[in-house]
Amino acid sequence: MNGDAEITERSLGKFLGAISPRAVHHDTRVVNFGDRLFYLATQCVAFSVIIIALLLFGELVRGSWESIQQFGLKFLVGTTWDPVARVFGTLPTIIGTLVKAAIALLFAVPISIGSAMFITFYVPKWFRPIISYPIELLAGIPSIVFGLWGLFVMVPIIRTVQIWLKANFGWFPLFDGPAVYGVGVLSGSVMLAIMIIPIITAISRDILLTVPRSQIEGMLALGGTKWEAIWKVALPYSRIGLVGAVVLGLGRAIGETMAVTMVGGNSFDLIHSLFDPVHSMASQIASEFTEATYSLYVSSLIYVGLVLFGITVVISLCAQLLIWRLSKGKVAVFE
Amino acid sequence: MAMSAQKSEMSRRRYLFRKATERLQWVGMLLCTSVTVFFLLTILGYVIYHGADSIDWEFLTALPLPPGETGGGIANALVGSVMVVAAATLMAVPIGMGAAIFVNEFPSARLGRTVRFMAEVLTGVPSIVVGLFAYSMVVSPMGSFSGFSGAVAYAFIMVPIILITSHEAFRLVPPSLREASLALGVPKWRTIMRVVLPVSSSALLTGVVLAFSRALGEAAPMLFTAFGNPFWNLNLGKPVATVPLLIYTYATGPYDDWHRKAWGASLVLLVVVLVTSVLTRAFLRGKSHE
Repeated sequence: MNGDAEITERSLGKFLGAISPRAVHHDTRVVNFGDRLFYLATQCVAFSVIIIALLLFGELVRGSWESIQQFGLKFLVGTTWDPVARVFGTLPTIIGTLVKAAIALLFAVPISIGSAMFITFYVPKWFRPIISYPIELLAGIPSIVFGLWGLFVMVPIIRTVQIWLKANFGWFPLFDGPAVYGVGVLSGSVMLAIMIIPIITAISRDILLTVPRSQIEGMLALGGTKWEAIWKVALPYSRIGLVGAVVLGLGRAIGETMAVTMVGGNSFDLIHSLFDPVHSMASQIASEFTEATYSLYVSSLIYVGLVLFGITVVISLCAQLLIWRLSKGKVAVFE
Repeated sequence: MAMSAQKSEMSRRRYLFRKATERLQWVGMLLCTSVTVFFLLTILGYVIYHGADSIDWEFLTALPLPPGETGGGIANALVGSVMVVAAATLMAVPIGMGAAIFVNEFPSARLGRTVRFMAEVLTGVPSIVVGLFAYSMVVSPMGSFSGFSGAVAYAFIMVPIILITSHEAFRLVPPSLREASLALGVPKWRTIMRVVLPVSSSALLTGVVLAFSRALGEAAPMLFTAFGNPFWNLNLGKPVATVPLLIYTYATGPYDDWHRKAWGASLVLLVVVLVTSVLTRAFLRGKSHE
């Protein structure tokens, strides 16, 4: 009964020989107790995961209670965030977060689903890892490194673009902001798009791989082109899962913190144009929490965190349900 | 005759149109893929280009100098990061793997499926919210920022990742191995400990390494837990410097030397994260070919 050896079929054979009927008999009595204990122990651990999740929610509610009592749901529609006057309302930040995430999806969705289709249907199998691997690496880059690159490389480029846009298309309402900052809605959105492209691509690829080969081959055998096979067979089949992948990307975009704090501009005002600097919920917490000097202020920031948590959990739930429905648990999501 | 010629002309046109669409979409998809790969290469390129400049022996082994002075290094943050993440791993591995054993080996329990689903939802919780949680759970009651609170936050991020990867690892263990062991009268818990765990050990390790490197790069939860510290500190009860948070502080600070250091620290972080990712992947691929 050498437990250190790696278990192979051979060592299992030895294992078999080593056990005498008496030992088996002896073990069966211990078994029940040991198995019960083991079941209980792992059950407790598994249960603790649920407890921790509930605890997170509980702590957020407890931490934000003071602010919830003071402002209630008006917190969500208030447009003043004034620590000096002790008035807090977070509508501009919520709008800033959602707008940035939405624009990021606008950029990211076509690119990532296009890439996923290309990798799944056009690239020969032996070449697939060579393309999909770098994309997965991109997903592994820490958000802070994205932020650093965004701040020093991307923002100056976007500032140039903004100044050009304002000079030539300044009459367009969306381009009617202070273009010279560089940091702002546009920078934040582009940054987020770059960060969620690899996530959406990787999951869409896994989902497109679940489309039965025979269905696509059937379309090709009928004389369809690959394009038609993708649009008329693969897409309808995997539609739900792809929506799930996009929703998952949206969740990531909304919760993203560091990179957005560095390039988003961090202002409390309601946005009117693409160039306005604005906070997102995460960046507001990140940049103010350690400076919050009294309990209502801290409590209001935790309230923002609670709202953020609520939004991302609902989105995450939807995404998981959509992906599960299609893949029956075959696609594991944890990017 | 004229009709049929017209018809064939139409179908020829239609054929050409379909062929053209086919080409066009190929080009479009290639473009999409190139854009993605392009971003990876530019970001890597910039970090290596700027970071390589500032990395030298002093950078890796010295303490930071007072703000504004040129020189010094990030040694305390390197050690601090490893320390906090290691403490987090110690907390997260038993919870994540234990829960994964329950989910996979006792599939009749409803709780298992709920837990697995919960884990997937938990991976979507923003890291800044996790930081708030650790703040109000640990920092508030203890009355000060500490490395320990940072470890709690990191552990929260690692548990679902370890749970999911371990579950996938246990799933790959052939049922015949379990049945062979059970048929010999070996109790279930010993079967799990001595057959299932050793067989899946490499995949389990990969999951832990993945979670480790994911946590190593997270800055947001450290803002108000580990907080940062310009001095040496090996005590988890006190504030600890970590690399990602140091990058944030230095990048948003006013000094050129700080910016240089931020690039250097990013390169260190990137090398660690990418090398772990490449190695675990190569390891997994080697295993699956056996």
